[in-house]
Amino acid sequence: MIALQNISKWYGDFQVLKDCSATVDKGQVVVVCGPSGSGKSTLIKCVNGLEAVQQGQIQVDGQEVTSKKTNLTALRSRIGMVFQHFELYPHMTVLENLCLAQEKVLKRSRDEAVSKAEMLIKRVGISEHINKHPSQLSGGQQQRVAIARSLAMDPIAMLFDEPTSALDPEMINEVLDVMVELAKEGMTMMVVTHEMGFAKKVADRVVFMDEGAIVENRPTDDFFGNPESDRARDFLSKILNH
Amino acid sequence: MGEFDFSVITNSLPFLGQGLMLSLWLTLLSIIGGIVLGTLLALARLSGFAPLSLTAAAYVNLIRSVPLILVIFWFYFLVPLALGRPIGSFYSALIAFVLFEAAYYSEIMRAGIQSVRKGQVHAGQSTGLNYWQIQRYVVLPQAFRNMIPILVTQGIILFQDTSLVFVVSLRDFMTASSIVARTEGRLVEMYLFAALVYFVICFSGSLYVRRLNKRMAT
Repeated sequence: MIALQNISKWYGDFQVLKDCSATVDKGQVVVVCGPSGSGKSTLIKCVNGLEAVQQGQIQVDGQEVTSKKTNLTALRSRIGMVFQHFELYPHMTVLENLCLAQEKVLKRSRDEAVSKAEMLIKRVGISEHINKHPSQLSGGQQQRVAIARSLAMDPIAMLFDEPTSALDPEMINEVLDVMVELAKEGMTMMVVTHEMGFAKKVADRVVFMDEGAIVENRPTDDFFGNPESDRARDFLSKILNH
Repeated sequence: MGEFDFSVITNSLPFLGQGLMLSLWLTLLSIIGGIVLGTLLALARLSGFAPLSLTAAAYVNLIRSVPLILVIFWFYFLVPLALGRPIGSFYSALIAFVLFEAAYYSEIMRAGIQSVRKGQVHAGQSTGLNYWQIQRYVVLPQAFRNMIPILVTQGIILFQDTSLVFVVSLRDFMTASSIVARTEGRLVEMYLFAALVYFVICFSGSLYVRRLNKRMAT
């Protein structure tokens, strides 16, 4: 479903991604972790072309993200993305947030878009807030709206870029619960996160990054049970002891 | 100097009112035109496409380096030449104001667009919205909202600047006041009154801006 082949990226002289390769098969959940500044967020933004790469190839659902011939806008509409800072549209209500791309991109009728939005908002448990503006919601609620906004497009895969790291601790679980449910329903997911509990519960593979390179890319149980590299061991000991 | 005679004002109110309407009408149309064109200039400037952004930058810098009164003159003489027929003082002044103010509004809108977080654009892109849809539905509404106080302030300046249209013999409020002042020989009363009217309108505008700023800060 998602295949990254030897991608490299530079900001000026600084290489943020070094020859990274990874795949996410259909229905799989892959967690990407690593210390801050290791390039995880940059990597996931390359998958739908929000960030350009200078070397290597990226394929999503058989289409080349990196090729100029690909209609990137159309491809993006089929890949959901959830951001660290939610990025809901602050000037619109929750309902409008969910309807905008449905109507403008998928050309759904108003009624179709609204009923889809209502269904998804109910599913993430915030029906009573559907006519509020994002600023009136808690962080956890906003992130659940953001997930629903992506799901409204019926995506073939979902990308999560540190979806819980801007949240207060007591709100993290309400967002993770929604993500676990999605994973169990068979959604293809690539998730940048520090939530190792989430990784253990639903991830098929864990990708560990450090200094722009993929250091480990292994089945979840192997990664946690027997990390190969010192850097991964070091990272895990720090993150799991808290 | 004799006594002040303010009856001259009440007697010429309809005439002054017509002048004021022209000033306000010209201000309103110029604000609308200026913001629309200014927004397009700002988008051009931020487009990242060199020929477009350089052209927009050159335009903005050129216009901002010449006095408004000169631009009003230019268009008064140039537009009839270009079109081959006269279009009247009002429309030539309106075109001059729109083109002039657009340069200032474009700088305001540019700051407004840059005040919208990049993540908002990413969110739009990730749901498959194209460039124009993202600008139209996501970025510009927020940019505009963030910049309303400054846009209104610029509107107040524009209202004051409309007094320059006397150079193309348009009868705005200031010109009307001058005519009454001179024909009735009541310069002091009329110019005091004109100052009062400008003050009331502009100061109410400023108060409104202050209220907007307070509301946005909370």
